[in-house]
Amino acid sequence: MAREDLEQLQLERLQSTLYRVGTRVPFYRKKFEELRLNYDDIRSLDDLRRLPFTVKQDLRDNYPYGLFAVPLREVVRVHSSSGTTGLATVVGYSRNDIRTWSNLTARVLTAAGVTRDDVIQIAFGYGLFTGGFGIHYGAERLGASVIPISAGNTKRQIQIMQDFKTTALVCTPSYALIIADTMMEMGVNPAGLSLRYGLFGAEPWSEAMRAEIREKLGIIATDNYGLSEVMGPGVAGECQECNGLHINEDHFLLEVIDPETLEPVAPGEVGELVVTTLTKEAFPMIRYRTRDLTRLIPEPCPCGRTFTRMQRVMGRTDDMLIIKGVNVFPVQIEKVLFEIEGTEPHYQIIVERENHSDKVTVLVEVVESIFFDEMKKQRGMVDRIRARLASELGIGVDVKLVEEKTLERSEGKSKRVIDKRKL
Amino acid sequence: MLRIRNMEAGYGNLRVLKNISLHVDGGEIVTMIGANGAGKTTLLHTIIGLVRPTRGEVLFLGQDCRRLEARRIVAAGCALVPEGRQVFATMSVEENLILGGHVLQQREGRAAVLRELGHQYELFPVLRERRQQLAGTLSGGEQQMLAMGRALMSRPRLVMMDEPSTGLAPLVVRDIFRVVVRLREEGNTVLLVEQNARAALGIADRGYVLETGRVILQGPAGDLLANRDVQRAYLGREKIA
Repeated sequence: MAREDLEQLQLERLQSTLYRVGTRVPFYRKKFEELRLNYDDIRSLDDLRRLPFTVKQDLRDNYPYGLFAVPLREVVRVHSSSGTTGLATVVGYSRNDIRTWSNLTARVLTAAGVTRDDVIQIAFGYGLFTGGFGIHYGAERLGASVIPISAGNTKRQIQIMQDFKTTALVCTPSYALIIADTMMEMGVNPAGLSLRYGLFGAEPWSEAMRAEIREKLGIIATDNYGLSEVMGPGVAGECQECNGLHINEDHFLLEVIDPETLEPVAPGEVGELVVTTLTKEAFPMIRYRTRDLTRLIPEPCPCGRTFTRMQRVMGRTDDMLIIKGVNVFPVQIEKVLFEIEGTEPHYQIIVERENHSDKVTVLVEVVESIFFDEMKKQRGMVDRIRARLASELGIGVDVKLVEEKTLERSEGKSKRVIDKRKL
Repeated sequence: MLRIRNMEAGYGNLRVLKNISLHVDGGEIVTMIGANGAGKTTLLHTIIGLVRPTRGEVLFLGQDCRRLEARRIVAAGCALVPEGRQVFATMSVEENLILGGHVLQQREGRAAVLRELGHQYELFPVLRERRQQLAGTLSGGEQQMLAMGRALMSRPRLVMMDEPSTGLAPLVVRDIFRVVVRLREEGNTVLLVEQNARAALGIADRGYVLETGRVILQGPAGDLLANRDVQRAYLGREKIA
């Protein structure tokens, strides 16, 4: 698609999206009024900069349905991030949104090499997480044979991979390595499998991990990007050049900004990714600050695709942790600790990667008055915290009680997160 | 083929079209649907130069149309089938058609016009049967076909049709729309303005929904058909897809 034609399409779609959010979503109507901004004032793609940002807190403040642009009866699907009321975010899809989603993840799969002749094993979680369903729709749209196995039970994954002659694997990159290691333990030779392609996402990874996956599983490993706030997977995906993710620019406008000044960075510079949806009906997003750090790659790709590429996500501008593909904010852990009597607001989150699997340990300082030599009471507290964290975060974590004032402090506060993973 | 950006137009102090952006690519049927008074006819009249835009840009085949006279825009390859047919009632069918070929005659001569006349008779066999009949004596559907044939006589690059289904029986509408599909098969480009949203979206590649002078929705025709707002406002009933 010629750049000029694409920009015309983007402008048309942006203008009708702005009209819809400006007339139907009170949150945006209010924001536009505050800025004395009329959607008719947006006359070029550069005018996008005049629009307000949307941040995660806006989604939380409007929990659950406040940002929907269509009545609930037109919503055919709801997905949600982990976290309880006040911290969770909810997104919705109309029938057309699901269709668009299918088309876009089908594109991502095609770019990665998958065709209708492939047998695709989707080891992303299904459920409220967008990863499983998103890729699933795209694979069906392509006509590939889908194995919706979901995450976990590694030995069974490998068994099915052998028996069903899986040719494409979709999961988090760390889980791909767990599968590879488990194969080794089981004495399964990856060279004897039909596996050829792997599409990985939902957590940050590195070129070193890509090389390791490639070597251990003997597949073409591509990266893909998405976030539930704007759709889920399908925002961008790598082609087989494995050198940057092609953005689906006919459905999303991407900007890269300086997270401090909020101004656009120079072309090709690293900054925070900001996404505006162009075709979403149920849940449009205007200038959503993803907190993901990346850069746009202005050079054309040898594969011939004309959509601009973004580099793999290099990190975050906030303290969000991605653990086993699940988004975890320290504040969620803090909230649980506050709820449970006897704990001080001093805690530390230790994240490690053992055998390619993320492991989280929460160290909690306990007030001395309760910290008797009563093992039973201690264990009870640990169990309660662990159970509450598991339900809040959706992942299992280890909890250890430590004595008062034993956690390292900087400026009176304990250092919240120690991430020992080398990504 | 046609590209419009941020166009505004109206009559006197009345701003009918507000910030319209749309495009039509070669070989497409694009439909513009909307209720009465949404600005659909004004849009077509602005494209062809009968109404001047007060703002924005209109590019037809790369040419800026804002200052061009209507006859220049027609000569460049843009034809309009007006609402309510507006055939010349006291002239014969064939005279109406030949009149439509005047641009072609200036460009390529009389022989080209006669060749094109034969093509129209092939497209609309009923017009051949009635070639000597006065246009005013034709039925509504036949007049619509004549109006289309007359516009096509200039061998336009873009054919714009203003509500061709108005006042016609459903079976006749089907015939008319069948011809529109055939035009696309022959490589023509069509911008179809319609109130009959279901029929128009049924044959179009893409569509725009115009409401009080604004494009409120756009997309592939299939997506618009599945859109609940379009269903409620323009398709008359909610379809459980």
